[in-house]
Amino acid sequence: MEPLLSSLVGLFFAAAIYLMLSKFSIRIMLGIAILGNAVNLLLFTSGRLTREVPPIIPAGLDALPSGTANPLPQALILTAIVISFSFLAFLLVLTYRAYQDLGTDDTSEMHAAEPDDRPLPPLGY
Amino acid sequence: MAAPTTPIDLSAAMITAPVPIGHWLAILPVAHCITLGAGLLMVRAYPRLQAWLAISGLMLLALMDAALLVKVTAEGPLTMVMGRWLPPFGIAFTVDLVGALMAFTAALAALAGGIYALADIGDSGRRYGFFPLLMLLMAGVTGAFLTGDIFNLYVWFEVLLISSFGLIILGSEREQIDGALRYAVLNLIATTLFLAGVGILYAIFGTLNMADIAAKATDLRGTAPLMTLASLFLLAFGMKAAAFPVNFWLPASYHTPRIVVSALFAGLLTKVGIYALIRVMVMLLPVEREELGFLIALAAAATILIGALGALAENDIRRLFGYVVISGIGNMLAGVALGGIGGISGAVFYAVHSMVLMTALYLAAGEIARRGGSFLLSALGGLYRQSGGFTAVSFVLFLAACGLPPFSGFWPKVILVKASLDIGAWWLAASMLTGGFLTTIAFGRLFLLAYWRPAPMALAPSRRCWRTGLSLAALTALVIGFGIMPEQLLRLSQSAAAGLVDRQAYVHSVFPEGRAP
Repeated sequence: MEPLLSSLVGLFFAAAIYLMLSKFSIRIMLGIAILGNAVNLLLFTSGRLTREVPPIIPAGLDALPSGTANPLPQALILTAIVISFSFLAFLLVLTYRAYQDLGTDDTSEMHAAEPDDRPLPPLGY
Repeated sequence: MAAPTTPIDLSAAMITAPVPIGHWLAILPVAHCITLGAGLLMVRAYPRLQAWLAISGLMLLALMDAALLVKVTAEGPLTMVMGRWLPPFGIAFTVDLVGALMAFTAALAALAGGIYALADIGDSGRRYGFFPLLMLLMAGVTGAFLTGDIFNLYVWFEVLLISSFGLIILGSEREQIDGALRYAVLNLIATTLFLAGVGILYAIFGTLNMADIAAKATDLRGTAPLMTLASLFLLAFGMKAAAFPVNFWLPASYHTPRIVVSALFAGLLTKVGIYALIRVMVMLLPVEREELGFLIALAAAATILIGALGALAENDIRRLFGYVVISGIGNMLAGVALGGIGGISGAVFYAVHSMVLMTALYLAAGEIARRGGSFLLSALGGLYRQSGGFTAVSFVLFLAACGLPPFSGFWPKVILVKASLDIGAWWLAASMLTGGFLTTIAFGRLFLLAYWRPAPMALAPSRRCWRTGLSLAALTALVIGFGIMPEQLLRLSQSAAAGLVDRQAYVHSVFPEGRAP
């Protein structure tokens, strides 16, 4: 199970980086969404992957039987999912606002903050 | 519900003794910020009341952090575990000298920013939520400084990031949207990389508690891919701190928001990145830091020079100051690269100085624009004739930013240059001094053009404003104080660095009865 998920994580990272290298803001957003999921899967894989053994301590024992998945990374993912989802929501709105206000979704044509014709400081007076 | 068959021994899983009153201080600043942030939202219909509540809240925060600093200085690191679970299972807040010192300085900078905001942020900005967002930003910053759990550090990073998004687009002008997009995307990527690092770290160590990681790293060295981990953290935190190859988001965005927001970002946010870098590289993975030392030193030298050269080429003073922030980050990185008590104490001292100074510089930029009517060097002039007092304050701040005596920028630079000469890294020392020299030229020209040059147009005598004056004067007093009487801060940063290099006190504070194998 781990090799399969690990390659999936690699694939997700590759796709995310490819998309984020694009000039268009909407593709960058898609890249960020995939990047978030790649990291979530990575966290998931870090906690051992086993099926059909619930992480419940049986009666008479005081620790989990070996072979159960570690439940902590799953709790971490839950936190990370909530956070990355809210960030994605914010970023999507921001991207849409940028598209409306700046009239383009091509980041190389967004020059509102750094105009091309910025003068150099005066050399004397 | 069946009763448990065997009686459960709670003391094996939980600390059953009640929390000593003093330990509540570890969590108090964060709890205060979050509560007040929520409270301020409720009174947003009353902008004046909200503002004064926020200011008194920030004063209270500074008091709490001061009490924490005093306590930690006297008694050593302080740990409080959430829910009283035995560490490493419960989330621990562990406050040591570095964390307490930086949290206290951050609170002072935020207080000055808050007072300046009384004049700078009008009713519409307040209704939009400036003060609640400021409190939440402080919750994130303080939490990041005080926590002793690496996943919790990630959560605080996200808290400060989302509030900074809200602050950076306050006003919703075109250029703000453009700057915010760059800021948001690159910072989010950095934080996500950090999270990936945390995932790999958990897979290696099986724990998230920093003291536990620090203790375990010695045994796992050689078998686990710790170098990969260290490099990933270096990239993630370097991006947050705006170190050289990943610094381009900072000058693209820091000049767009309201000037108070720029000031707080420049003062606090990059320093959180440096703090996290120090915490992870120096305390958790010291051997890996040693191995990456040359790479970090190269990045540091490049950051210093790029920052200083960028400052020379800018016409907009806010962008000029943005490059000065980057140059300062290079100096702190140099401290991280050098390691040892000398390097780390230099970095900590520089971080404290930089928090106060960068906030003050941006606030001064706001004042320059209020008096001179522009942020552009090509349009400014005649400020000296208009106000001698403000010119004196600016002059002090400029000298401190260049690292010239007798102000606060001088001492950390002395420590860092000495530390790098001690290990024979003359080129690192040379780049620090060259960076300082170039920054001096940039500031000299700024002073020449904006203050000495006759005004291009007749300046109206500007009205005095006690709020902006008070915040600037307070920060300048700190800059002068650190410069003239550096012994106290020097001692503090040296014992802070000693606590990071020798982690025994930190680990002991989390595991008073010794760590379970």
